[in-house]
Amino acid sequence: MLPLAAGVAPVTLARWQFGVTTIYHFLFVPLTIGLALIVAIMQTAAYRSGKPHWDSMARWWGKLFLINFAIGVVTGIVQEFQFGMDWSHFSTFVGNIFGPPLAMEGLLAFFLESTFIGIWIFGRGRVSPRIHLISIWLVAFGTTVSAYFILSANAWMQHPVGYKIDPKTHQAVMVDFWAVMTNPTLLGQFTHVVLAAYTTGAFFVLGVSAWQLLHNRSQEIFGRSLRVALVVGFIAILGTIWFGDSQAQLMTKEQPMKMASAEALYHTQDGASFSLLTIGNLSGQPIFQIRLPHLLSVLADRSWDGKVLGIDNVQAAEVKKYGPGNYEPIIWVTYWTFRLMVGLGFLMLGVGLWGLWLLKKKRLEKKRWFLWALVWCIPVPFLANTFGWIFTEMGRQPWVVYGLLKTSKAVSHIGTGYIGTSFAVFAGVYSILAVVEIGLMVKTAKTPPDEPKEPEAGSETGTRTEVPELVY
Amino acid sequence: MIAMVVGAIHPGTLQVFWFMLIGVMWLMYFFLEGFDFGVGILLPFIAKDDLDRRVLLNTFGQVWDGNEVWLIVAGGATFAAFPRWYALLFSGFYLPLLLILLALIVRGVAFEFRNHNRAPAWRASWDRAIFWGSLLPSILWGVAFADFVAGVPIGKDGRYVAGFWHLLTPYSILGGITLLALFCLHGSTFVSLRTTGDLRERARSAARRIAPVAIAAVIAFLSWTFSNAIGAHDTGIVPSFIPLLAIVAVISTAWLVSEHLDGWAFLSTGLAIILTVGTLLLNLYPRVMVSSVSPAYDLTIVNTASAHYTLVVMTIVAGIFAPIVLLYQGWSYWVFRKRVMRPTEQPPLGTSAAAGPPPGGVATTVPSSEKVGPVPDKADPMAPAEGS
Ligand code: HDD
Ligand code: HEM
Ligand code: HEM
Repeated sequence: MLPLAAGVAPVTLARWQFGVTTIYHFLFVPLTIGLALIVAIMQTAAYRSGKPHWDSMARWWGKLFLINFAIGVVTGIVQEFQFGMDWSHFSTFVGNIFGPPLAMEGLLAFFLESTFIGIWIFGRGRVSPRIHLISIWLVAFGTTVSAYFILSANAWMQHPVGYKIDPKTHQAVMVDFWAVMTNPTLLGQFTHVVLAAYTTGAFFVLGVSAWQLLHNRSQEIFGRSLRVALVVGFIAILGTIWFGDSQAQLMTKEQPMKMASAEALYHTQDGASFSLLTIGNLSGQPIFQIRLPHLLSVLADRSWDGKVLGIDNVQAAEVKKYGPGNYEPIIWVTYWTFRLMVGLGFLMLGVGLWGLWLLKKKRLEKKRWFLWALVWCIPVPFLANTFGWIFTEMGRQPWVVYGLLKTSKAVSHIGTGYIGTSFAVFAGVYSILAVVEIGLMVKTAKTPPDEPKEPEAGSETGTRTEVPELVY
Repeated sequence: MIAMVVGAIHPGTLQVFWFMLIGVMWLMYFFLEGFDFGVGILLPFIAKDDLDRRVLLNTFGQVWDGNEVWLIVAGGATFAAFPRWYALLFSGFYLPLLLILLALIVRGVAFEFRNHNRAPAWRASWDRAIFWGSLLPSILWGVAFADFVAGVPIGKDGRYVAGFWHLLTPYSILGGITLLALFCLHGSTFVSLRTTGDLRERARSAARRIAPVAIAAVIAFLSWTFSNAIGAHDTGIVPSFIPLLAIVAVISTAWLVSEHLDGWAFLSTGLAIILTVGTLLLNLYPRVMVSSVSPAYDLTIVNTASAHYTLVVMTIVAGIFAPIVLLYQGWSYWVFRKRVMRPTEQPPLGTSAAAGPPPGGVATTVPSSEKVGPVPDKADPMAPAEGS
């Protein structure tokens, strides 16, 4: 059916398909989580102060939020069923443990989000302002709950806990639900990912507000949005970095191979340094490198001279433990994705600090080049998120469930033709969607806001109607 | 405490309980999404202009995503409670599922995207997406559920991958037509329940026209199902009164529609859907996937179920949260219980605080002055309306 796909192993195609669709889903997810929070904050301010510009803000950003939300939802449905379609061995093996979080995510989070977003969109004027405000907070809460459950499933793949292997069926069986829900890896991932999502929302609002200010649009609305986002964004990026750092220590303990390959460190070293970048190859003889002494040890172990295991040593240890095989991920991928994620994180921290300083000097809105810098920063958090996931997932290879199931054994028994077809179909549809979505976002982001209106006395003259345009 | 009580339940009982619960989720899904699929399919036929389409979409705009979550939860619960079922189901029905997913993607974004541009060509394409995105899954779910009962070639190794054409047998095609007809009927009774004026009349006459098709399809499909079951000395339970009741329900819809009892008509189409799909699910029991090769290769509740511990955990969580979900979903239907009206006149310019008179296009100037007293959020219900 697909000549191109012929000869490619199903597992390779399935990996590409999963990687592409998941990264795609995760472009929209963090923006949903982040914008939900920011819109909720704005609407709260509107509710508390009764000032019309806050209300205009909440509504203006709400439009962008909804466009994004729509794609987040439809790409999520694909995720839910892909495990069974492409990874049926994986599904059978982990279902006992992996299924419950997925089911609970639906029950506890998706119902909440979907019901209350309906109320939020259509309920203006139908429910009381208080309930309307509560709805957006419940949506924001729902997105966070959903992150918790899906990450509990992902964290279990990184670091399986609370299970035993059933000797008869060879499936992983849950023995301790509480352990699965309090997996240390989960707590690390959850804080890091949710804060990264707030960062994403905030930098999005910063960039768009900056563009609007550069085009002399309402100072009242976009100057304010800029300030809200600056505060949210600064706290969030600080937290993201902080918890990312604590994740690194956990990772050193739980997946030493990942830490070693994040640095392309082949031999165990005390007081290992961290290279900012490498030119040449990563196999130990770089042509040019900038190194920060001892930083890797500090990152991995919180100590100046801590020992960091090298790839060769971990490889030897894993061969001993799991039998012969290659346990190294693709080193250049892990090396560069890790660096880029961290680097972009510090870039955003710098931008945030700068913004706060300008704010203090009351020059924030006047520095045109800084505003342009903010506009150019819009893609940065999305890239950092993507690199983060590629690092996390590729760094775990060749395992799909660390230490228990190899990716090569996880795939369904279906032909290359099927997976190739579905991959081609998803790639096509997702590309079209991306074009439409980006077009709409840009167009909407460039619209001026509606003039805030004082309530008009006696404007009951219009016909009663139940026809709001806004649906999703 | 609760854990001890639930934990003491016999493992077999819990497995059957989860099979039933997943069945109920599917029934909820078909009952609820059934009407929004139906309205989506009827959209080109009963709407006369863009404003009509707007009204029709608004009859279910606030609930369709919640309806779809029933599918997600059914999928997730199957994964958790019967991992092998989930694995074989979705890898085996690969291509139909792919088509369904595509349809749901296109349809889901269409609801939002169509509003962001007033150009007729733009709207028309997204409306077409809504039509096909509703039509395809309606048929394909019917085909798939018929195939579940008829069986698929699962071999000794517990695997199969059916080709797409493989799954299309006369019986499964009839299943597809049946579900399609029922959803259209359900959608039209839903519209007559939720709108006023001309639209309601058109929906009623659509219902009158669809009803005979639906009646014929349900009778044919259920009789075929029944005779298959008897022919195969089926282990499944098919209390014959359930398919009979399904037929009664769909026939009485025709009468309720002609009597203009909109609410009752909607309930009875819903009932017809539940009883029809319910017949299939009961027929499946105690299997979850039927092998057409040999009964020895059937997947059953027992041989696919998760371990007891997992089921106990799931039971507790579902026991606490499912009622809460039902409560707030019910409440959201209550909030939007009023009929959606087509505005009859244009508001004088300026009184509508809506996004201002947009250039061209009628639908956007939909008046919007339903103010609920002097509320702090001066929101005009319409104001955030237009994306452009
Ligand atoms: C950190 C957060 C996060 C991550 C890692 C994922 N998702 Fe997601 N997902 C969300 C956070 C989220 C969300 C914020 O809750 C979304 C985005 C837009 C939305 O409506 O909810 C969502 C939507 C969403 C939906 C649609 C829900 C609806 O109809 O309302 C499904 C079925 C999934 N996701 C399933 C998945 C699966 C199976 C994933 C794993 C591969 C996954 N998501 C990764
Ligand atoms: C929590 C949600 C998850 C996210 C955000 C996520 C993210 C990613 C990303 C970004 C990749 C890309 C790497 C690449 O292209 O190779 C990837 C790959 C992959 N993920 Fe995950 N993942 C998640 C959960 C899962 C789950 C539940 C599975 C279970 C099957 C899984 C299995 C895989 C596999 C098999 C690959 C391909 C491996 C590879 O290509 O190297 N992931 N994932
Ligand atoms: C600057 C300091 C940062 C550090 C030290 C850091 C550290 C880490 C580490 C160690 C992991 C892998 C965890 C694992 O595989 O177990 C990770 C993953 C990830 N990072 Fe970062 N990170 C930083 C910044 C960022 C930023 C700025 C973003 C996005 C805005 C981001 C987004 C992600 C995502 C989405 C993942 C994958 C999910 C996960 O495993 O938690 N990170 N990060």
